[in-house]
Amino acid sequence: MARVPAIGRVPLGIMSPSTTPRPVAANSVWPRLEPLLPQVTKPIQYVGGELGAVVKDWDAATVRWALMYPDAYEVGLPNQGVQILYEVLNELPDTLAERTYAVWPDLEKLMRAHGVPQFTVDAHRPVRDFDLFGVSFATELGYTNLLTAIDLAGIPLLAADRTDDDPVIVAGGHAAFNPEPIADFVDAAVLGDGEEAVLEITAIVRDWKAEGRPGGRDELLLRLARTESVYVPRFYDVDYLPDGRIQRVVPNRADVPFRVHKRTTMDLDAWPYPKKPLVPLAETVHERYAVEIFRGCTRGCRFCQAGMITRPVRERSITTVGQMVQQGLEFSGFHEVGLLSLSSADHSEIGDMCSGLAEQYKGTNVSLSLPSTRVDAFNIELAQELSRNGRRTGLTFAPEGGSERIRKVINKMVSKDDLIRTVVTAYTNGWRQVKLYFMCGLPTETDEDVLEIADMAHEVIRAGRAATGSKDIRCTVSIGGFVPKPHTPFQWAAMARPEVIDGRLKLLKQAINADRSLGRAIGFRYHDGEPSLIEGLLSRGDRRVGAVIRKVWENGGRFDGWSEHFSYQRWVEAADEVLPTFGVDLDWYTTREREELEVLPWDHLDSGLDKDWLWQDWQDSLSEYEQDDCRWTPCFDCGVCPAMDTEIQIGPTGRKLLPLTPVNGLRLPTGAQQ
Amino acid sequence: MKISKRPQPEGGQAPVVQRLRIRYAKRGPLRFTSHRDFARAFERALRRAGVPVAFSQGFTPHPKISYASAAPTGVASEAEYLEVGLREPVDPEALRSALDAALSPGLDVLDAVVATGGGLAERIEASRWRIELPQVDPEVLGKAVAVFSAAEQVQVERMTKQGRRTFDARAAVIAIDVSAPSATPSGGSAVPCAILELVVRQVTPSVRPDDVLSGLRVVAGLEPPVAPKVIRLAQGTLTAQGAIVDPLDADRDGATIGGR
Repeated sequence: MARVPAIGRVPLGIMSPSTTPRPVAANSVWPRLEPLLPQVTKPIQYVGGELGAVVKDWDAATVRWALMYPDAYEVGLPNQGVQILYEVLNELPDTLAERTYAVWPDLEKLMRAHGVPQFTVDAHRPVRDFDLFGVSFATELGYTNLLTAIDLAGIPLLAADRTDDDPVIVAGGHAAFNPEPIADFVDAAVLGDGEEAVLEITAIVRDWKAEGRPGGRDELLLRLARTESVYVPRFYDVDYLPDGRIQRVVPNRADVPFRVHKRTTMDLDAWPYPKKPLVPLAETVHERYAVEIFRGCTRGCRFCQAGMITRPVRERSITTVGQMVQQGLEFSGFHEVGLLSLSSADHSEIGDMCSGLAEQYKGTNVSLSLPSTRVDAFNIELAQELSRNGRRTGLTFAPEGGSERIRKVINKMVSKDDLIRTVVTAYTNGWRQVKLYFMCGLPTETDEDVLEIADMAHEVIRAGRAATGSKDIRCTVSIGGFVPKPHTPFQWAAMARPEVIDGRLKLLKQAINADRSLGRAIGFRYHDGEPSLIEGLLSRGDRRVGAVIRKVWENGGRFDGWSEHFSYQRWVEAADEVLPTFGVDLDWYTTREREELEVLPWDHLDSGLDKDWLWQDWQDSLSEYEQDDCRWTPCFDCGVCPAMDTEIQIGPTGRKLLPLTPVNGLRLPTGAQQ
Repeated sequence: MKISKRPQPEGGQAPVVQRLRIRYAKRGPLRFTSHRDFARAFERALRRAGVPVAFSQGFTPHPKISYASAAPTGVASEAEYLEVGLREPVDPEALRSALDAALSPGLDVLDAVVATGGGLAERIEASRWRIELPQVDPEVLGKAVAVFSAAEQVQVERMTKQGRRTFDARAAVIAIDVSAPSATPSGGSAVPCAILELVVRQVTPSVRPDDVLSGLRVVAGLEPPVAPKVIRLAQGTLTAQGAIVDPLDADRDGATIGGR
């Protein structure tokens, strides 16, 4: 072999090493941030430079978005919503989007001491310099982190105090279906799918800027509100009854709609994002190429906000999924693929999709996974198919409720026999461990309902041992606290008090361990009731709850989704201090059952669901009456399709995935950050 | 794991037919990648570039990569080394450029050679480091270095995974010099900036640049007001004259001698 000097190779020792090769943007805070990074944990999370990251010329862009997932980078980076919007926006020639995440308290302290503002990780620009600051809330527990970011950015905390020099703060994500608790802090909220919504907002800002910003911030917000799909809280007044309930929510100026409607993106094949997924250098919670195989769910689980607010079901076709996986893996170098949705086994072509992908990636060390929650043998078949490569992912089944009765209440139609048969099938097919997911604190729940979880787990182990002839099988019982959510049939329900939940979990633990031989094979994981109660306050809160959030934040509340940072005490104290001035309290928001005619804080926000239907489904729940799925039985008039002018989009298309042509030789990949 | 006792996956993994040794750099902001961060990024780069890397056997096969003495998180480097086992032979330069394109700018693949035998790790005897100390007066640094050099031993402390350890930071230091600051150190400001160059022998427990800085604090009370910027300029075998030889040279020489 001829000895050819490598291109760009420089003899050791005489090179002039540069410690800052990346060009620094004019408004970058990097020179001030860099000296702080050696003093914080995991500094790489603040550095950017990931594959898939885009840094565009600031001056060449007309509309500039800062996008935030209000949690730590390791949780925020994999978020699909932010990745999709980041890519969609950066594809526009005159628009740029950069990302920012919640900084940990160690860096926050240093940033305050050195006057470094909230920055984007892409070009380290101050968030306040952007036109729009979009924040995606998957959970309400990110609200305190929103306040940290706004404050660190040097933006006034209250929307009312902001000037034309401040970005317009737009909330999105599932929690934005009731943005009332953060109504004082955000300028606008978008309900529903973001892909087209961000384009529409961008166009409005572009035009307004091109016209010379007529009417300033107020005019811009008014133009956004007039779309009828962007909610601008300041244009609505909330009146209260003497007993604390809401009397009405009405626009306080003309030409603002009475109700704001959610956005629905139809034809997911036309939106095959992410095409160039962000590939982090830091370790994150999900290191995989995730493709959403469908959006929406009509299984009708009554506790599930995601299933209610994302209707109707819209499938991505098998061929688009196949193409996305191929391009996504090639671009990213990930070796894991997640086929995501609210109930992936329900895709009309899931069988062909799994076997097709398994065949395509045979022998490549790529592993495929399906979040498995459906309790039936078909799920195991799919998991078998996906594990042909040798790598086997875990199996999780979610009966959600311990007793047959409570499963009727929540509309999760699975019998005890089904569950045991399914889990035993998993054991006989080689899985040694399965995870069973349940909720505690459901409406009408009694101790007995929860204790039946122990019977079920015992039965699973007994049957599993009999079927496999081995003692080497386990199951993990994982319990989450129920939180009633807006736009669900349980939006009227009372929450159980934390001590009730904790008492039931204690009884359950004793019951599981009552038989020591079986109990040894059963793992038990749960969250205690206190964080759920606070999540309940935030999810069904109204504008008065904003003062509680602010108080908690002022008292040091950060990262409330993290058990080591969450302080129940801090929330209770803040609620006790603030809420009585409005004649209400923490219990009033959480453990109080609502009546049919009560005006709910989110009634003026339209998810498409007919409130009468939701009430009927709530009544059906109390009489333990189940509701079928409209994909396979006639429409039951939840109201979404006619209200939103949409329809179910499902296959099968009948198409198949073709074998991939193996590419030999080295590739020169593109797409690394410019 | 949820796997029952089953036979190994069908077919198994292809054997290693070629080993390549690679020199890479961690530059600028990406010096904040930890070794684990780099390792994940490198495995993805292998896949992006379509490198026919060999895998270990079993249900969770791992690509065959071994690393030599990685620089600490936050320290830039022009001379990091690894070895990768391949199931098909490739041209080293083609591999170098493909991997370089597959990694983020700032993680740069500089050199690749076919391994001709011997261990990479045993060729790592010493490193040369450069430390930029912004807002430190070079004269003050010079005095501290003189005290450090004159000492026979300088005991320093560092937190390790095993807890607090105390060890000598002096003996491993072969050379320690204050160099004149170049016209504009990175950052480009007019603040004074002293520059320290070190040659440190690879010992156990390892003596890192921050240990030497701790030593300067211990012996002369030197407290840099701003976080120093550290870069590894070279690592490899140490000549009698105190120069450092690129560990890949031996493979290059071997290839030449072995004929083509």
